[in-house]
Amino acid sequence: MAVAASYGDTRAATVGDYFALLKPRVMSLVIFTGLAGIVAAPGDIHPMVAFSALLCIAVGAGASGALNMAYDADIDRLMSRTKGRPIPQGAIAPGEALGFGWTLSVASVALMGLFVNLLAAALLAFTIFFYVGVYTLWLKRRTPQNIVIGGLSGALPPAIGWAAVTGDLSLAPVVLVAIIFLWTPPHFWALSLWRSDDYARAGVPMLPVVAGKPATRRQILAYTAALIPLGLVPAVIGLGGPLYLACASLIGFWFAVEAVAVFRERDEVKEPAAKRLFRVSLVYMFALFAALIAERLLHLAPVASWL
Amino acid sequence: MAVTTMADDKLDPEKARRRRNVAIALALGALVVLFYIMSMVRVHP
Repeated sequence: MAVAASYGDTRAATVGDYFALLKPRVMSLVIFTGLAGIVAAPGDIHPMVAFSALLCIAVGAGASGALNMAYDADIDRLMSRTKGRPIPQGAIAPGEALGFGWTLSVASVALMGLFVNLLAAALLAFTIFFYVGVYTLWLKRRTPQNIVIGGLSGALPPAIGWAAVTGDLSLAPVVLVAIIFLWTPPHFWALSLWRSDDYARAGVPMLPVVAGKPATRRQILAYTAALIPLGLVPAVIGLGGPLYLACASLIGFWFAVEAVAVFRERDEVKEPAAKRLFRVSLVYMFALFAALIAERLLHLAPVASWL
Repeated sequence: MAVTTMADDKLDPEKARRRRNVAIALALGALVVLFYIMSMVRVHP
């Protein structure tokens, strides 16, 4: 069988393999930021409509992950980080993953349109298209700016959540999208600093492979310098309150300290600072959106009401 | 031998197929329930 020949020994696919195809860790961040968009948006939404919106965001994100794994199966088996995925393991054939991914994509967009509203459905469709068509098929193997431009797809869930409640968009969701958009490059470039051999072996032109590690460290610092002030903007425009401001300031400062440490790092083998920055970037993202959610639920936002 | 290990369970194609079928049935059942509830929500908001 061609698939078995390409991807080694085959084995029976388990439910867990199909779940892994949905990239559950990425999905959890997407659900979380989508929930923040729903909670932060002005207006009321029926709990079941909110649940449906989140479900569609989660399934759409998972479908994108499955399609990404199907189209990238050839390079996934070359990288130690991804060779344990279901397709390189021979559990699921790329064609099956494609069918699974496209079915879930169409279903998630259709259900979003039926149960929530057309703007949210259109944004979800655009997100899937951008991740699969623009990032995976076009940019990923062609340019070191792949994760910068492609990061837009991962940044859109708060806008989808917002649109699910209000039926339109405004400055506030755009700011949330911009925060995730600027957060993506330092997050992934930190990872690629200690995984650069992996990417080089697979022929993926990540920044450390193409431009070198010093250039990557400078870029991480530049994006961090833009991200930290932008992270404070929700408090300025009334979206976040004192808890958000405190989180964005303190963890933003921690993020900046780690970015400087990456810039000054000289251990190019173990890259301890890059590993720390990767972890801090995850904490930063979860803390910012958790603060937004908590404040809305506790009626603490906006900051102006405290002055 | 009657004793099986977790690795055997994971690789047993019959067992894996049965579990996939159960998962598909549960997902379709959940979809039906979701359609029913959302129809109620849209008709009687």
